[in-house]
Amino acid sequence: MADRRSMPVSLLAIIATLSIGNVVAASSVVHPVSDPHRSAAVELFTSAGRSLSLEETYEALRTFEVLGIGKAELRSDGCSSVLDVLKLASSSPKELYYALKVNQLSKCSSERAVFEVAASRLKAALSDVSSLLDYHYSVGGLVLIKDLSPDVDVALTDAKGTFQSIKALSQSDGRWRYGSNNPESSTYAAGVALDTLAGIVKLEDSEIGSSMISAVSNDIKKLFDSIEKYDDGTFYFDEKVVESLEYRGPLATSSVVVVGLSSFASATSEKIDIPGEVFSGLAKFFLAIGVPGDSKDLFYQINALACLEDNRVSIPLILSLPATVLSLSKKDQLKVRVTTVLGANSPPLKLKLRQALKSDSADISVIDSQELKHDSSGGFYYLDVLPDSIDVGKYKFVFQILLEDPEHKKSYATGGRIHVPIYVSGVVIVENAVISVLDSDLGTVDTQKKLDLDKQNDISLSANHLQKLRLSFQLSTPRGLAYTPHQAFLRLKHETKVEHIFVVGNSGKQFELVLDFLRLVEKFYYLSGKYELELAVGDSVMENSFLWPLGYIELDMPEAPEKAPRPPPVAADPHSRFEVKAEIQHIFRAPEKRPPEALSLAFLGLSFLPFIGFLGGLLRLGVNLKNFPSSPVPATFAFLFQVGIGAVLGLYMLFWLKLDLFTTLKVLGLLGTFLLLVGHRILSHLAATSAKMKSA
Amino acid sequence: MTRSDAQALIRSLRSAYAATPKNLKIIDLYLAFSVSSALIQVIYMAMVGSFPFNSFLSGVLSCVGTAVLAVCLRIQLNKENKEFKDLAPERAFADFVLCNLVLHLVIINFLG
Repeated sequence: MADRRSMPVSLLAIIATLSIGNVVAASSVVHPVSDPHRSAAVELFTSAGRSLSLEETYEALRTFEVLGIGKAELRSDGCSSVLDVLKLASSSPKELYYALKVNQLSKCSSERAVFEVAASRLKAALSDVSSLLDYHYSVGGLVLIKDLSPDVDVALTDAKGTFQSIKALSQSDGRWRYGSNNPESSTYAAGVALDTLAGIVKLEDSEIGSSMISAVSNDIKKLFDSIEKYDDGTFYFDEKVVESLEYRGPLATSSVVVVGLSSFASATSEKIDIPGEVFSGLAKFFLAIGVPGDSKDLFYQINALACLEDNRVSIPLILSLPATVLSLSKKDQLKVRVTTVLGANSPPLKLKLRQALKSDSADISVIDSQELKHDSSGGFYYLDVLPDSIDVGKYKFVFQILLEDPEHKKSYATGGRIHVPIYVSGVVIVENAVISVLDSDLGTVDTQKKLDLDKQNDISLSANHLQKLRLSFQLSTPRGLAYTPHQAFLRLKHETKVEHIFVVGNSGKQFELVLDFLRLVEKFYYLSGKYELELAVGDSVMENSFLWPLGYIELDMPEAPEKAPRPPPVAADPHSRFEVKAEIQHIFRAPEKRPPEALSLAFLGLSFLPFIGFLGGLLRLGVNLKNFPSSPVPATFAFLFQVGIGAVLGLYMLFWLKLDLFTTLKVLGLLGTFLLLVGHRILSHLAATSAKMKSA
Repeated sequence: MTRSDAQALIRSLRSAYAATPKNLKIIDLYLAFSVSSALIQVIYMAMVGSFPFNSFLSGVLSCVGTAVLAVCLRIQLNKENKEFKDLAPERAFADFVLCNLVLHLVIINFLG
């Protein structure tokens, strides 16, 4: 039973998820920071299993502070290491900076003496600084000391000079370099630089002139010109060069730039000319991540959102919907929430639903612009009843936030026209379902049965190949309009499990399928017999999608001719393709048959026989060594000649047994030369001797 | 041809052969040795099959090759052969040795 339903249902599921996925990519709905973030924060920051470094402790404390989680969740608040670092004379500016940051959040110590030591250390570091990050840690540390212990002297010796040397590292496109000997410019560095410059302004407000500040504003403007954008209005920052070792990813880069911008904006009263939609887009970027899985990513996200929440330029407002699927049958209400990024209440505003665009006609709105009512107890906006023109289907609702107070309009970013994908589901009415067998020539009805498509049916029909099968029904939406579902299939399955699927076409409300068996005889592989009928009608927004067995039809097909195609073999078990397959026995080449050893040995002996015969024959002939030279010199040469030949033959034996050709040829060269010389001597001597004898 | 004629023929051949010089007889003996060696190898191959074929060829061609060289030597040493009248027998023998050595190098390489 599960098998028969599984295929169309799984197809349905796949199509549904694909279509939802497509729609979501076009304009995503984000949700503000909420409890999942809080529980993730607790889990990520306390699951390290080792003691956190000062930087990690600071990140944890800052995230907990923004999310409103108690510090007790962290096992240690880092105070002991903070005090150690502050007192140590050899602490680096980076360590001092993070120790002071943790101190600010944990309130470990407020002893003036400790801070004086740290302040003098940081000021000394400033005079010896080489890179942007060193500036950042020193200046940032001094700002923290000033906040915690205002009577400690944190005055910079040359604030203007420091400001200008940081500004000198800026590039023409608004990015910053990390140091004067580092040619690569980085967006992350720009964020760090802005934060540092803001710190200098906080320390020595009077010394930094407005011209210098407006120069930095220009850099900010250029930096924001290079912001990257997705089609749905999300903005983010990323590095131009992603292969560098310093690359930290768009989340970290965007977060640091947002932090830098907001601290610069709050430190100076300079007007920052960045449109509100950029802030909305950045908020969307950070919120669209959802809940990050890494503690550092969570810190970057939450820290950036906290800066967006109360920045001086433009606070983004987030529109979120608890449910994007509305059911007509359950009379669901459209509910919308408008909050800040951290989930706090928005200022008083009006929320208007401007348009409802149907997915297939994306320009025409099916409703007029209307205002949503506000439920102040629940804090959301709602439409009590969906307009009549909203029918079953996929829509894009276009919202617009209108702030009531003109002052708020300057400080909040509403995000313009917000497109939200909405599914309106409902019960599709199925009626007048009839299945009949028609005689092909005249079109007269042979048998006709009514179907009730609210449940399984059990009709039985019979037809031969000269007749036709006709199935018809009507579909209409709850509002009475015609509706075309995503899937409308009729499946015929033979006893031998061979199946055929046909799409039921429609014109308006009327769905009809005519199967002309005369034409389908070959497609059915000439198989006669009982065919199970099944009808599947479904769509992602149809609440009553169904897959009903209808019954059986007994088909009488003619005999299959010789050349007819055979039906494809159907596996007995559809999961058999995943079973363990038979083991393949490897057949190696059969080794050649070798003769029995005894035979080989016999022939070995036999092959020596001719040689023995040769020796015997030589003896019989009376072979003698009379011609062997008697005098010593020729005798040695003669002897050497024989030895030489024997050596060459011995070399050949060695060659056969183990040497390779190259070694052999090398040795043969030597032996051959020797043999040639010796042979020449002895043979010329013999020739001379025989010539003498002849002449004598 | 009667039996007595055949016998007479064989007798005359044998007596004529007895007149050949001794060195030529040694070469003939060598030839007989080499050819019979080859024959034994062929019979063996016929019995057990030609695997490995390269070894068989190597063996047979060694025998056949050395037989051919021996025939060349015999031709060059035969005094009745007017063509090689001026060739020193030592020179012929040196050629024979050299050619044999080269042949056997190739044979051993091919033996496998």
